[in-house]
Amino acid sequence: MTALKRRRGAAVLAGGVAAVMLLAACSSDSSTEDSATEETASASEEATAEEGTDVAAGCEAYSQYMGNEGASVSIFTSILPPEQGLFEQSWSEFESCTGIDIVYEGSDQFEAQLPTRIAGGNAPDIAFIPQPGLLAKLVADGGPVPASEGTVANVDQYWNAAWKSYGTVDGTFYAAPLGSNMKSFVWYSPKTFAANGYTVPTTWDELWALSDQMVADGVKPWCGGIESGGATGWAATDWLEQIMLRMYGGEVYDKWVNHEILFDSPEVTAAMDVLAGWMKNPDYVNGGFGNVQTIATTAFQDAGGPILAGECGMLQQASFYANFWGNFQEGATVGVDGDAYAFYLPAMDDAVAPQPVVGGGEFVAAFADRPEVAAVQTYLASPEFATSKASLGTWVSANSGVPLDTYAEGSIDQLSAQYLTDLTGTFRFDASDLMPAAVGAGAEWTEMTAWFAEDKPTAEVLKAIDAAWPAS
Amino acid sequence: MSVEAPEFVILPEPEEGKSSVTEAARRKLSSPWAVLVVVIITVLWTIPTVGLLITSLRPAADAQNTGWWTFFRNPAVTFSNYAEVITGGSNAAIGITPYFFNSFAIAIPAAIFPLVLASMAAYAIAWVPFKGSTLIFFGIFALQVVPLQMALLPLLQMFNLGWSIGDIPIFPDLNKPGSNQSLLAGTYIPLWIAHTMFALPLAIFLLHNFMAQLPRDLMEAARVDGAGHFLIFRKIVLPLSVPAIASFAIFQFLWVWNDLLVAITFAGGTPNVAPVTSYLANLKGTYGAQLHLTTAGAFIAIIVPLIVFFSLQRFFVRGLLAGSVKG
Amino acid sequence: MEEVLNGLPKLGSAATAIGLFLAFLLILFFIGARFRGRLQGPVAILVFLGPALILVTMGLIVPAFRTIYGSTLDANQEEFVGFDNYAWIFDTQQGVLVNTVLWIVIAPIASTALGLTLALLLDRMRRESVAKSLIFMPMAISFVGASIIWGLMYEYRDPAKEQVGLLSQVVMWLGVDDPPNWILWQPFNNYLLMVIMVWIQVGFAMVVLSAAIKNIPTDVVEAAELDGAVGWKLFSRVTIPMIRATLIVVLTTIMIAVLKIFDIVRTMTNGNFGTQVVANEMYAQSFVQFNQGHGNALAVVLFIGVVPLIIYNVVQLRKERAIR
Repeated sequence: MTALKRRRGAAVLAGGVAAVMLLAACSSDSSTEDSATEETASASEEATAEEGTDVAAGCEAYSQYMGNEGASVSIFTSILPPEQGLFEQSWSEFESCTGIDIVYEGSDQFEAQLPTRIAGGNAPDIAFIPQPGLLAKLVADGGPVPASEGTVANVDQYWNAAWKSYGTVDGTFYAAPLGSNMKSFVWYSPKTFAANGYTVPTTWDELWALSDQMVADGVKPWCGGIESGGATGWAATDWLEQIMLRMYGGEVYDKWVNHEILFDSPEVTAAMDVLAGWMKNPDYVNGGFGNVQTIATTAFQDAGGPILAGECGMLQQASFYANFWGNFQEGATVGVDGDAYAFYLPAMDDAVAPQPVVGGGEFVAAFADRPEVAAVQTYLASPEFATSKASLGTWVSANSGVPLDTYAEGSIDQLSAQYLTDLTGTFRFDASDLMPAAVGAGAEWTEMTAWFAEDKPTAEVLKAIDAAWPAS
Repeated sequence: MSVEAPEFVILPEPEEGKSSVTEAARRKLSSPWAVLVVVIITVLWTIPTVGLLITSLRPAADAQNTGWWTFFRNPAVTFSNYAEVITGGSNAAIGITPYFFNSFAIAIPAAIFPLVLASMAAYAIAWVPFKGSTLIFFGIFALQVVPLQMALLPLLQMFNLGWSIGDIPIFPDLNKPGSNQSLLAGTYIPLWIAHTMFALPLAIFLLHNFMAQLPRDLMEAARVDGAGHFLIFRKIVLPLSVPAIASFAIFQFLWVWNDLLVAITFAGGTPNVAPVTSYLANLKGTYGAQLHLTTAGAFIAIIVPLIVFFSLQRFFVRGLLAGSVKG
Repeated sequence: MEEVLNGLPKLGSAATAIGLFLAFLLILFFIGARFRGRLQGPVAILVFLGPALILVTMGLIVPAFRTIYGSTLDANQEEFVGFDNYAWIFDTQQGVLVNTVLWIVIAPIASTALGLTLALLLDRMRRESVAKSLIFMPMAISFVGASIIWGLMYEYRDPAKEQVGLLSQVVMWLGVDDPPNWILWQPFNNYLLMVIMVWIQVGFAMVVLSAAIKNIPTDVVEAAELDGAVGWKLFSRVTIPMIRATLIVVLTTIMIAVLKIFDIVRTMTNGNFGTQVVANEMYAQSFVQFNQGHGNALAVVLFIGVVPLIIYNVVQLRKERAIR
């Protein structure tokens, strides 16, 4: 009975993937070709499975992953639709060529569920972990297995050392980076800017001159939202990180991450004051939603809506926000002349931190050392996968094997990749994702939320965050 | 033979006008004010759900930018929200349909198993005299307070790694050889067992209250005729307890159908086994701005419990706590 | 259509499981019934009570003891820390404790009182079942659904703009120009969340209490009326005492549900804005911040909170069982 049900389930999933592919084929011209090849690939799937390791036509690129026909690999992630469909599409050729069935599961309770399942002996084969801090905690509990040899080889060849270090715990490399988010973006409406004669600011001072200009024109320059269900507050921690990196540079930022500089320190207090003059400034926020406090109750997914309606000028959010504009307005375009686009949040002082960039990303950790799991982990670290996924849009990889022309000209992805791969800049990973969960997924979220919602005094907020830092 | 016995086998609610409070009292108290209060409360109680239904039927832009009550000024109706949620579409890759079947496959057995086991246990506590029965009864009653959340991890470990005391296996390790996947992973079995465990204390408590009030004479007559406990349970107690069992079964079905925490812990979120609530939670997590989709999904999830309730309510109103009514 | 066909085997597996389960029990009964004489009682106890006791032990009793033990260990459940976790609760989580007490007291009493009022009013009314069904309806709605529904009620927008939340709109229609941001409106936001719980539970209280009222023997009511008891007197001297046991069960059931409730708070505010309750803090500590010690200690506080309730009920039940 069990076996029967499993096969049924796989059929349902396959049906879903086929539907996605079909839809993609209908909706966009550029992907028609891909879908066609995929269809032939799936047609030959049965033959491949029966003939064993013979490589079918069109599958030559996957020869190193062969020998695992009929195996199944489960992936657990926090990435939900619509991005889920793009992932499934990106590895469908890998699946049909190698005969490995990748079962994708996304959950908005990912961070709570993953440790529970690992402790409960029900770990997924692979998880996409967005927080290096969580990875370290899982390693301490004995969950992940060290990265497969192929993965190590890929990462050594295609990623810079900083990215590898985020997937490394106590000298052992566990998880290869997957996607990358460029978080130092400010979203705006090019159409509104053009209509009002605003120009994109390139320095910190110009940014505030523009904000004041908008105030003078009767528009709230900024909108924001930090509500995110169980993760409410994370967007506010991003804002603080942008300022920390811009004010003090990478070294101080790293000390802050390691709690060598307390939250309740002159540095962080000063950064909070800058943030208060920005996102807690009643003249500046919260365009389209109301007063400052509404930042705490506005869903981050909703926060950008007023920009298209002309009720708000700008939103500081990461590159993945490109996915949301279609929600606000049917057919909204993202582009330099479109309905929405992003500019780089300018540096404060090039002498302190040249081109500071805060980024995020996911890391592919494996929890089983079966050959098919190693094959999938290796494939996900390969430039072939990254290129396949990037070509579908709204996704960026810091994998240097991805040709820059993979990203559409003028797309936000191309802009992100440009900043993420620029070695002259000051790149740092999202600080709260590096900190222990009690802070990075706990006190810092709730205290920053209270700072906005209840106007809790800055000193109390910072002291409370410090108090939550785990003892050891 | 007790005069009370027939009362317990009446299934439907008494018809209007036959209420136990007498006609005189009714006339006295059935003032227009009472009617007004009831109408107001009923309307207040219904408005939020009406708002959900209306929002789910509005085009995306209307749903997001205007209050649902403006629908009455600007009645634009679309069923495309439902089409997208049911079959999947450009935004929701997979539709709600597979999850819908999962919810049934989870909730029906998870309503039947605890009820059968609880009625057996309730009978034993109520009618099989033995030392310690009172203690067991109070112990089971007290177990209602154990927070579900705290039982999740130990149960998960049991299902996947097995349990043993020393070397004595209590629950076998069901891992497939050479893999970290339990044989139970991806099946409904852990869900059925977990829901059954969590439902038992309340079910035993309520059914015991009911069964304990069945007429003693009936049991004794059967005993004199040579019937054993198994026969008495099947032929007398079970049929007489149908109203109580049925009513609790409906509640249990509703609770399991609406559960999210147990589901995401034991089933995960894949369309193989995850229920509608899990789909809905993810829909909500993804589309903060897609009110038209989340409301449509929510309404689909509500429909089944509503049908169950409206079609069966007359059968269970009477049964549920009939046993505890007589002090 | 294909999806529907794919779904049918799922129902089949559920039916198979039910069939196997019942068949297993029938075999058990068949074997059990063969024992006669002195063995009959013990075998019956074993067969009837055994399965339930085994499941309850594995699913609830063992985890309960593990939780109590775990509440004396540190965050990773490795080192003994004595009562440090409890000290942490009483030092830093007083607001959470106060909120929880408010919830336990107000939500069940409000639900039961409103349910009782409705049951009494409806008992002598036409179209009783229509009103009952509509009021009971929220009981059939999941918390995920309820949070979406109540999001539509409490949503805040700038008063100058078109409103999306009904509550703000109604208040503005009533002449208040500047409605508060409801979810942030301390301390009243706690009560607004309780409204959701009451909205869900009133139907349960009403249905059960209504059944109890209808079960009051007619002769008792008539006798009371002959003595001149009408209206309030009839209610307080006859109705309430006759349904007292049911009232206690309803109150207890809702209280236990409230105590364990975390879905409403989690989905509406995630415990922010001064609305945190013990059950949600427990979930956050255990599953988000990975501090098992804190989580377990909070769970134990929950147990202890219910102990008086349990003792009271046990005393009541002892009386009833003694009568029998």
